[in-house]
Amino acid sequence: MRKLLAVYAAEMKFAVANQMQYRWAAFFSLTGFLIEPVVYLVVWRTVAEQGGPIGGYGVAEFTSYYIVWTLVRNMNLALAPGSWDYWIQSGRISNDLMHPVAVYHRQLAGFAGFKFVWILLWFPVAAVLSLIFKPELSPTLLQGLVFFVAIWLGYIIRFSLLFLLGLISFWTTRAQALIEIMIGAELLLSGRLVPLAVMPEWVERLAGWLPFQWTFQYPIEVLIGQLSNRDVFIGLGMQFLWVGLMTGAIVLTWRRAIKRYTAVGS
Amino acid sequence: MPTVDVQDLQKVFKVPVRETGLRNSLRSLFKREHRMVEAVKGVSFSLEPGEIVGFLGPNGAGKTTTLKMLSGLLYPDGGTAHVLGFQPERRQAEFLRRVALIMGNRNSLQWDLPVADSLELRRAIYEVGRADFEQRKDAYVEMLDVGGLLTKPVRNLSLGERMKVEILASLLPHPQVLFLDEPTIGLDITMQKRIREFVARYAAQTGASVLLTSHYMADVTALAERVIVIHRGSILFDGDLAGLSDRFTAHKTIVVAVAGELGTLTHLGRVLEQNSFKAILEVPKEAIASVAARLLADYSVTDLSIEDPPIEDVIEQAFAIGDAQADEEEEDVRS
Repeated sequence: MRKLLAVYAAEMKFAVANQMQYRWAAFFSLTGFLIEPVVYLVVWRTVAEQGGPIGGYGVAEFTSYYIVWTLVRNMNLALAPGSWDYWIQSGRISNDLMHPVAVYHRQLAGFAGFKFVWILLWFPVAAVLSLIFKPELSPTLLQGLVFFVAIWLGYIIRFSLLFLLGLISFWTTRAQALIEIMIGAELLLSGRLVPLAVMPEWVERLAGWLPFQWTFQYPIEVLIGQLSNRDVFIGLGMQFLWVGLMTGAIVLTWRRAIKRYTAVGS
Repeated sequence: MPTVDVQDLQKVFKVPVRETGLRNSLRSLFKREHRMVEAVKGVSFSLEPGEIVGFLGPNGAGKTTTLKMLSGLLYPDGGTAHVLGFQPERRQAEFLRRVALIMGNRNSLQWDLPVADSLELRRAIYEVGRADFEQRKDAYVEMLDVGGLLTKPVRNLSLGERMKVEILASLLPHPQVLFLDEPTIGLDITMQKRIREFVARYAAQTGASVLLTSHYMADVTALAERVIVIHRGSILFDGDLAGLSDRFTAHKTIVVAVAGELGTLTHLGRVLEQNSFKAILEVPKEAIASVAARLLADYSVTDLSIEDPPIEDVIEQAFAIGDAQADEEEEDVRS
């Protein structure tokens, strides 16, 4: 375990150095990412101003939700599953497969490292958004601590889900259609587009069976104080459950996937 | 005990096939057709510690597929392979720590960062102690003459420089088995020589076994005493380089220089080159002694040497024989 942690530390350090090479590109990408929550924020604030609170969300709650959204989005950015198509077809993955540390760990650590740079760049952007929209945030110590854990667990769940989806490329070189379906489902069922409380009840129920909300809405709601202490801990338990399920699914799928690798192009 | 032990190793690829045209394209929507390609048809060989073996064959012969199975990248469809006592397809971390697969023209280092950063990462991944790492790095940097390259981003290196640092990075963990797939491809002669010398020194110093594929015969003749020739997935020859020439060629060449005038020599053998005082003759092996004796008796010979044909010609001949054998076998199967 200590050796694996040393690899994580080295990978993260390496990822930070790598990302610093592209700091301006990262900054502009981040600014581009913010268009999405700002649009949602403006629309839902207007709706709440004109029609009153929906599903427990008024102007203040929507504002806090989408400001925290920007941080959570940064945290759960992970590998694009479509990259696997390229890695497999070009044989680039052969290099990673020759190393004695699993590809999953190296990628997970690498993307975790990127976040230190992204969050550094996120601070000024968040400051500007806060000055404009003035969110009301006063988390308790417990909410703050759980939020810190929850954003990392959310990252692991989302990363694992995308990793698992990427493994489909070992069976077909055209996995993009499935990936698009997953991204669409995630948009609706994670709380990314809008808090699930605002959605019809059946959508909320459906989302309860899926991992998406634990990567997005749950950490946000912890920090903005939308959850009772009981729901905070249930959510944390659900995150651990999904981490376990995802890990098991990856181990099983990986064993089969790797036998199908033809290493063509490398 | 051999470091690499391969018995009846096989690999079959399932390749989709489809005729061109709209009708066939529509038909393939409902019925996909595949063809099974036997890339490796039951090869067996072994490597001893410290041995450097050339693994030769034309494109598509099964060399790289075999190397990939032995390094754990490809799952075999039959037979067994043991490398350092491990089954490569199980891909245990300890196995991966002790073998290296280096492919020419392939970049495994981070493109945008200085080489030194990639080396540091590799140190962590392969759990190399700091003192060992520094000592090996310094030694290899000197041997490969890459001191000035460590602080440069990989993207700014030339192909030859990149290959040298790739090899340096791959050997830092001190692999005990080295699979080299065309390590000098695309490099100039000086760079090829430098890499060959380095590989030879590494194997001599560490006792590592090396299996080397290359289309440059200079790589093979400089490094390997033993060669394995693979053709259409089967092994045609496994033995020393001199034996390869004995097995696949029926001729040797005699280079003769005389003080006087050389007349017609066609009665002695096939004349490959001739001017008034020097000639190169291709002579059947069994007639070498008698032809040499006649030349010495009939002319005032100032120089005479008997040579094996160039290794490239021997290999070409071996592949031609392999083609003929494979065609014959296919014919037998059909009839």
